[in-house]
Amino acid sequence: MIGARTAFSSLMFGLLLLAGMGAHALAAEDFTAAVQSLNAKNFTAKGEAIEAVAATGHDRSVVVLRAMLDGRLYYRKKDRRVVIVERLDKGFRLTDAATGETLGEVGKRKVRKIAINNKLRKRLRAALARLSLAHHDPRVRHQSVTEMLASVTPDTIPLLESALARETDEAVSELLRTALALAALASTDREQRLQALRTLEGNIQPEVANRIRRLLDKEKDGAVRAAAQRALTAIEDKLKFYGFLETLFFGLSLGSVLLLAAIGLAITFGVMGVINMAHGELIMLGAYTTYLVQALMPDHLEYSLLVAIPAAFLVSGLFGIAIERGVIRFLYGRPLETLLATFGISLLLQQLVRTTISAQNVTVANPQWMSGSLEINPVLSLTYNRLYILLFALLVFIVLLLILKKTSLGLQVRAVSQNRAMARAIGIRSGWVDAMTFGLGSGIAGVAGVALSQLTNVGPNMGQAYIIDSFMVVVFGGVGNLWGTLVGAFSLGVINKFLEPWSGAVLAKIVVLVFIILFIQKRPRGLFPQKGRSAEH
Amino acid sequence: MLLKRLYESDRGGMILLAALLLAAIVVPLLNLAVPESSPFHLSTYTVTLLGKYLCFALLALALDLIWGYCGILSLGHGAFFALGGYAMGMYLMRQIGERGVYGHPVLPDFMVFLNWQELPWYWHGFDMFWFAVLMVVLVPGLLAFVFGWLAFRSRVTGVYLSIITQALTFALMLAFFRNEMGFGGNNGLTDFKDILGFSLQADGTRVGLFLASAIMLALAYLACRFIVNSRLGRVVVAIRDAEDRTRFVGYKVERFKLWLFVFSAVLAGIAGALYVPQVGIINPSEFSPLNSIELVIWVAIGGRGTLYGAALGAILVNYAKTYFTAALPELWLFALGALFVLVTIFLPRGLVGLVQGRRKPDRPPPRDETPSGETPATTGGPGA
Repeated sequence: MIGARTAFSSLMFGLLLLAGMGAHALAAEDFTAAVQSLNAKNFTAKGEAIEAVAATGHDRSVVVLRAMLDGRLYYRKKDRRVVIVERLDKGFRLTDAATGETLGEVGKRKVRKIAINNKLRKRLRAALARLSLAHHDPRVRHQSVTEMLASVTPDTIPLLESALARETDEAVSELLRTALALAALASTDREQRLQALRTLEGNIQPEVANRIRRLLDKEKDGAVRAAAQRALTAIEDKLKFYGFLETLFFGLSLGSVLLLAAIGLAITFGVMGVINMAHGELIMLGAYTTYLVQALMPDHLEYSLLVAIPAAFLVSGLFGIAIERGVIRFLYGRPLETLLATFGISLLLQQLVRTTISAQNVTVANPQWMSGSLEINPVLSLTYNRLYILLFALLVFIVLLLILKKTSLGLQVRAVSQNRAMARAIGIRSGWVDAMTFGLGSGIAGVAGVALSQLTNVGPNMGQAYIIDSFMVVVFGGVGNLWGTLVGAFSLGVINKFLEPWSGAVLAKIVVLVFIILFIQKRPRGLFPQKGRSAEH
Repeated sequence: MLLKRLYESDRGGMILLAALLLAAIVVPLLNLAVPESSPFHLSTYTVTLLGKYLCFALLALALDLIWGYCGILSLGHGAFFALGGYAMGMYLMRQIGERGVYGHPVLPDFMVFLNWQELPWYWHGFDMFWFAVLMVVLVPGLLAFVFGWLAFRSRVTGVYLSIITQALTFALMLAFFRNEMGFGGNNGLTDFKDILGFSLQADGTRVGLFLASAIMLALAYLACRFIVNSRLGRVVVAIRDAEDRTRFVGYKVERFKLWLFVFSAVLAGIAGALYVPQVGIINPSEFSPLNSIELVIWVAIGGRGTLYGAALGAILVNYAKTYFTAALPELWLFALGALFVLVTIFLPRGLVGLVQGRRKPDRPPPRDETPSGETPATTGGPGA
């Protein structure tokens, strides 16, 4: 009951927003009079007033009835005007119930609540349901029917049938038929129950499965039981399938995060053979750049990510070039020393962020277009932030691939990585190429940081969480091979997510790590080993 | 005879052993015989701290043996240290007996807290000291054997090996954080009361543990020195400098690496076992990859491939850490980070190399020869 009420409140909150937008050219005085009559002396009169308000079909009627149900409908003592209040620290902020006009703030003693009882609450809910079913926006109607599924009884059938007769939107009609079938499940007529079960077969609205299960608990009739069982099996099969799709999506999403984190590393480690333990910190710098960009342009949150992406690329890229020119350049050919030195750099960068910004996590806001989710059906919905990041990761991958394959920088990078001495002999400035490659890989790490800031906490230690995973991806996919990184990232992500339901998140991670350790034993050069001369280095 | 030969070839090592002997005599005297009011009195806190440094020195020695002499950079040696520590911790836990908060005769507090009814099978036997000591040696040794056997057989070398050792310790850390593992989860094992019947709070026990650490370090040093001076040691150095060539000459490279790795892991385990009763706690953060990497920097700062340099580096860096984290906590990570960068670029042979003078300029090795990319042929002691 309480669940249904809160669901109802959220629906009504949506209505409230929508209702404010358009104004119907209805007799405004009639509506105002009806609203005024809500402040009647006794409950019977109030009940009639509720029906009167609902009957006007005025846009604000939903707002007013909702406020009444929530106990926010008051009247002003001095002129008995009916108002909607918003509670403040001291006193109330008043809005005229009938017109929506703002009436300023008053003290608590200037107004009095319009009392209601349980009978009126029931009446209010029914009136609100009728109103929402008749709403002009099909999305609102769709949502209101979805909310009603939980509470349909044979009594609601006439209401639903009249709504179905009027309904023009196909999706809403479908939902109304589901609701009618659910109502019919409780019917005493055997044929009607069978008919309803046939309609409900394979229907994945969560409420349907619940109802059928409840029906099975008390149903005596064999044919109905069999039909119910069949309907339930069909539903469960479908749920299993969508559950699989959902896990796959989560796996791909995790894979895209891994891909973003690892792809910069695939360049510095794979193409250049440089172990950059500070890679995670370059990701962190990208995330902090997002934070700073948002702090600089608080009024344009929607565009902040678009600014942050190039900014993070530049910041991390410049840091990367500085690291390469300042430290790594002196250590080429000594990978273990490079590992240690870059690890030192990672400590320095972490501490730098801790002392200059904060040792605590910072909050990075999600723009409006990143939040919410794409609802495919009642059980499967894909959140936009994961979806966009998945697409973004693929985009970054393609751009990087094009840079390496189609530009002259890419050609020089490949030349230097295959044979440094020969590349220098034909006039490639290998020092410059090293710096640019490292800058590119680091810049991509920064871009990854922007994406990750939308999914996880941004703090000085966030880089540490990704460094081991990213190395695993690169090593698993095969060093020096971007396609390997792509396949490696997505397969590790998907494996991880499919293991999780069985074993829990931590154990899944351990299993994957152990799997990679064993995998490297079997194929020391990864899934897609490099072939030819460069493989020997 | 061994000592005589060592004295001639290994001046640095002799200094280390002499220093250990001196400490083993002076520290107990200053702590137990000198009254507390005297300015020469050494507090028990300091004794414990020194004992801790010696454990770290032993751990650094273990890493130097495989990194400095065989070119295997393990970023997971902290895991062996922690496993040894957990084995000792389990013994100490069982010794608490009925004195725990819940007063259960057999189950440690955290198991009572988790509503466990009986002791998991792997906790049996840890009430006996000899069994715990056996496990201190066996568990890290066995893990190193299995891991090394798999890794060396398929010729995982250089940075690949470093990264998967790091993954190993990371995986173990995640595992030990889980309550279901039965090792106390997050909090680890703590609240120890006594060891072999001696109270851990007593000054005498602390001094005893310090002495045990000093003796163990000296013995381990002699054992490592013996190994690297033997024929096996020369093969190992050959593997470091030119693995393929050594293989083609006819040595079973994998076996040499494996045994050295296992020996090193056992030393690390012993270090952990000595460490735990002194600090009084062992928890999963000992497995964190950061600890293992810090260990590498001790060795690098001291000077790898010298054994005594590793011990020196461990003691110096940890002294600096104790000092800085108390005096200037903000600065410590800056200092540590800078140490990593500066030492690798400017001091490839560590402090020992600085003292010995730059006799041999450092040059990068030919790339096709050493995939692990180790420093070139600077062999062990000064006599080389």
